[in-house]
Amino acid sequence: MNMKTSLRIPAFLPAAALLAAGFMACASAAAGTPYTERALRNYDTYCVQCHGVKRNGRGVNTRDMAVQPRDHSDAKGMGDIPDEEIAHAIKDGGLAVNKSVLMPAWGNVMSDEEIKELVAYLRFVCNCGSTK
Amino acid sequence: MKRSLLAASLGAAFAAGPALAADNPGTGILKAQCISCHAIAKPDNMTLDRLWTRKGPDLYYAGSKFNKAWLVKWMQEPVRIRPAGEFYAKHVKAGDKEDVVDESTLTAHVKLSKADAEAVADALMALTGPDGLVAKGAFKGDKVSMAMGAMFFSKLRGCAACHSAKPGTGGASGPELYTAGERLQPDYIYSYIKDPQKVDPHIWMPTLNLAEPDLQRLTGYILQLSASEGK
Repeated sequence: MNMKTSLRIPAFLPAAALLAAGFMACASAAAGTPYTERALRNYDTYCVQCHGVKRNGRGVNTRDMAVQPRDHSDAKGMGDIPDEEIAHAIKDGGLAVNKSVLMPAWGNVMSDEEIKELVAYLRFVCNCGSTK
Repeated sequence: MKRSLLAASLGAAFAAGPALAADNPGTGILKAQCISCHAIAKPDNMTLDRLWTRKGPDLYYAGSKFNKAWLVKWMQEPVRIRPAGEFYAKHVKAGDKEDVVDESTLTAHVKLSKADAEAVADALMALTGPDGLVAKGAFKGDKVSMAMGAMFFSKLRGCAACHSAKPGTGGASGPELYTAGERLQPDYIYSYIKDPQKVDPHIWMPTLNLAEPDLQRLTGYILQLSASEGK
């Protein structure tokens, strides 16, 4: 699996992705937890609509929401949640972890392996959590 | 990329020959004007990457999806159905408070004459897609309480996160639903809510594992929305 280690606020524009890839090719210093291309693509497809292009919980759908989505860039808030609970919330939805129904279950869209990769990506975005 | 997409669409269109009536002038218009953005036969590569490269919704099951009268009307006066375009991820940017739609990235849909719109609608209605894609007769047609429907739509099932039940409110990444009853066949609405991934693989709508009463209630609510809000 192709791993990427650059750009904490990641590449949501193709040009930025190319830049990141170029940067990777000549830089050996790895910053943060590695993540997969697939996790980034899944985040940009399914999560950005609510969690935002900046990963700050301010997606295009949030204007009228009664409960705001989790800010994935918040190291403190994200750092308090174990990996298993994050995976559980993604797979089975907010209600499964006593959170909002507005977070749907993605277990029919992403495999357990993809969700595991997504958790690793979230750890990279927040720069926090179980591996820190 | 563009060329290969076009070639794929052309190839797919050829493969779907029997479904397209050769003597219908709408079929010619479809092939000349529509296939650079829309698939009119099921593509071989139903991958997430394809979802990112396609330019418009797939039409190979249009006959199982749309109401013909709406197609005829819309192709003459096309208006945006998805507030953030299709696909939303290509049309949003960070705003002062929350992400906003980047209007500069959205383009107008081709507009057809009345005669062409009617011909194309005929051709589209012949494209019914794979067997079993839509469960015929699944929606039982029961009238639902709008108050109860609204509660399920917004508070209990979270649909309003991505969809608007009336103009100017709700989420932006999914299509507006106050016109859905006018646009879509009831059994398509039911089947799509039940398993969006089966109809449109990798689509950014989750499959919620809804029970049968929920599917009936939400389908009925969405259909009735069109009668009350969409005018």
